[in-house]
Amino acid sequence: MAPILEIRNLTVSFDTAAGPFKAVAGIDISVSPREVLAIVGESGSGKSVAMLAVMGLLPPTAVVTADVMRFDGQDMLPMSERERRRIIGREITMIFQEPMASLNPCYTVGFQIEEVLRGILGMSARDARKRAVELFEAVGIPEPAERLGSFPHQMSGGQCQRVMIAIAIACNPKLLIADEPTTALDVTIQKQILDLLMDLQEKHGMALIIITHDMGVVAETADRVVVQYQGKKMEEADVLTLFETPKNPYTRALLSALPEHATGGRLSTVTDFMAAHQGEDA
Amino acid sequence: MAADTSPEIVIEGRAITRDYVMRAGLFGTPRVVHAVNGVDFAVERGKTLAIVGESGCGKSTLARIITLIDPATNGTLLIEGQPVDIARQPMTKALRATVQIVFQNPYGSLNPRQKVGDVLMEPLQLNTDTPASERRERAMAMLQKVGLMPEHFNRYPHMFSGGQRQRIAIARALMLNPRLLVLDEPVSALDLSVQAQVLNLLSDLQEEFDLTYVFISHDLSVVRYLADDVMVMLKGEVVERGSRDVVFGDPQHEYTRKLFAATPVTDVEAIRARVARRAQLLQTQSGPAT
Repeated sequence: MAPILEIRNLTVSFDTAAGPFKAVAGIDISVSPREVLAIVGESGSGKSVAMLAVMGLLPPTAVVTADVMRFDGQDMLPMSERERRRIIGREITMIFQEPMASLNPCYTVGFQIEEVLRGILGMSARDARKRAVELFEAVGIPEPAERLGSFPHQMSGGQCQRVMIAIAIACNPKLLIADEPTTALDVTIQKQILDLLMDLQEKHGMALIIITHDMGVVAETADRVVVQYQGKKMEEADVLTLFETPKNPYTRALLSALPEHATGGRLSTVTDFMAAHQGEDA
Repeated sequence: MAADTSPEIVIEGRAITRDYVMRAGLFGTPRVVHAVNGVDFAVERGKTLAIVGESGCGKSTLARIITLIDPATNGTLLIEGQPVDIARQPMTKALRATVQIVFQNPYGSLNPRQKVGDVLMEPLQLNTDTPASERRERAMAMLQKVGLMPEHFNRYPHMFSGGQRQRIAIARALMLNPRLLVLDEPVSALDLSVQAQVLNLLSDLQEEFDLTYVFISHDLSVVRYLADDVMVMLKGEVVERGSRDVVFGDPQHEYTRKLFAATPVTDVEAIRARVARRAQLLQTQSGPAT
């Protein structure tokens, strides 16, 4: 099957006082329709920056280059801002780590979801309200019609993330990018949100990219996994192969640093591991 | 540990309660929230008690009570057998030196305008009459004990990574040679690999200084790795307690089971089962659809 999103040799660099800093140093990412791809890495690995580059959400100081950037058969590289905006926010949508910070505190959540429905899909106010109730119901918000009138601060973190998901799926996107969607949430809420994302993905058949640092989230959701470290792709494999027979030393290091994999008294650390394998790379 | 010595209890709480009064506007009746509601606990010397729970369960409020930052509304707190009530008696320097805390966020818990050396020397300056030269020496030694370099002494916190900052926070907490260290989610803001380093450091230090830990966490895999005893809290009350092996092996309370069920598993067999289930689902789905 042709990939829905295909990126080849993506680089992102930022100008700093000490010269250009490469946050993403030439990575290839592709995701098929109906596939769940996890991009996993630690802070500074460039996992979020790569996806923000696709969304065009980076500050103007960022320099983005790529050999290929294709979405659903369309070449995104030569597109103007205006053309790109037909795709971004409609066919590719994104949710973020901090649900509270992603929503505007000054407006009700109902206003914010209806704004998307009216602005992007051109719905009338009445249709938008009806659809908003349906969407809230679909993401499991109790008493959806009443909750539309709530402000973000009146809802819990998990509820806010549900609102974000409702907004993200409002236009039936072909690809949803979730950047650390559950990092700020409690474990029981994390489980609910991950279940919801997987459920919606299966129901709507959209592709899903989950950016995370948490191997547990990867294990619970992904079909395929890309492991990133310092702006480079370390390994790409289907989820079972990755956990069963990780090939790259960094992946092995990450897995052995999990407390549940501790054998005996000590945890192995990534730096020990990378130091031990330094010679192999050079 | 020798079998003939009876275990020494470093800290004990009996029916600890902490209420907060929520004002409900000018004419409303104030509402009382029991953040911690009648909690009993005891920790033996050299052991680790893990307090597990989700946000709002009162675990951090309890941590503040144990660290003598906030007084309990009701109940008795005993440190090495002596009742302590900071609402009635003034806080003493000796008590301060007994209990120390490491906070969750190493970005917020260090003063950005204070050099690392001063961060480490300040507890000695405030609570002891150690001469300046000795303060410096001890701070330098502690810096190396937690895995940092002597040249870090004159740097500011912003020059360090999250893991290094947490090492500084741990070093500061250890400067007064406390017997009890309260760790309030010390690794939850850190990357996995750095988390492993800090957890290793904590278990080394516990052994070396015979430290007693109260470890507050929501991460069950970390708790399983580090704890001797586990206490699960829900809405200010303890719903389950026991040794690590008992709680993890045979959880009794419904909420504990719910927590375990929600924790992602990275076990290969579990992933295999999930992948198989998903493949089947996608197959049946794509069948009639196309």
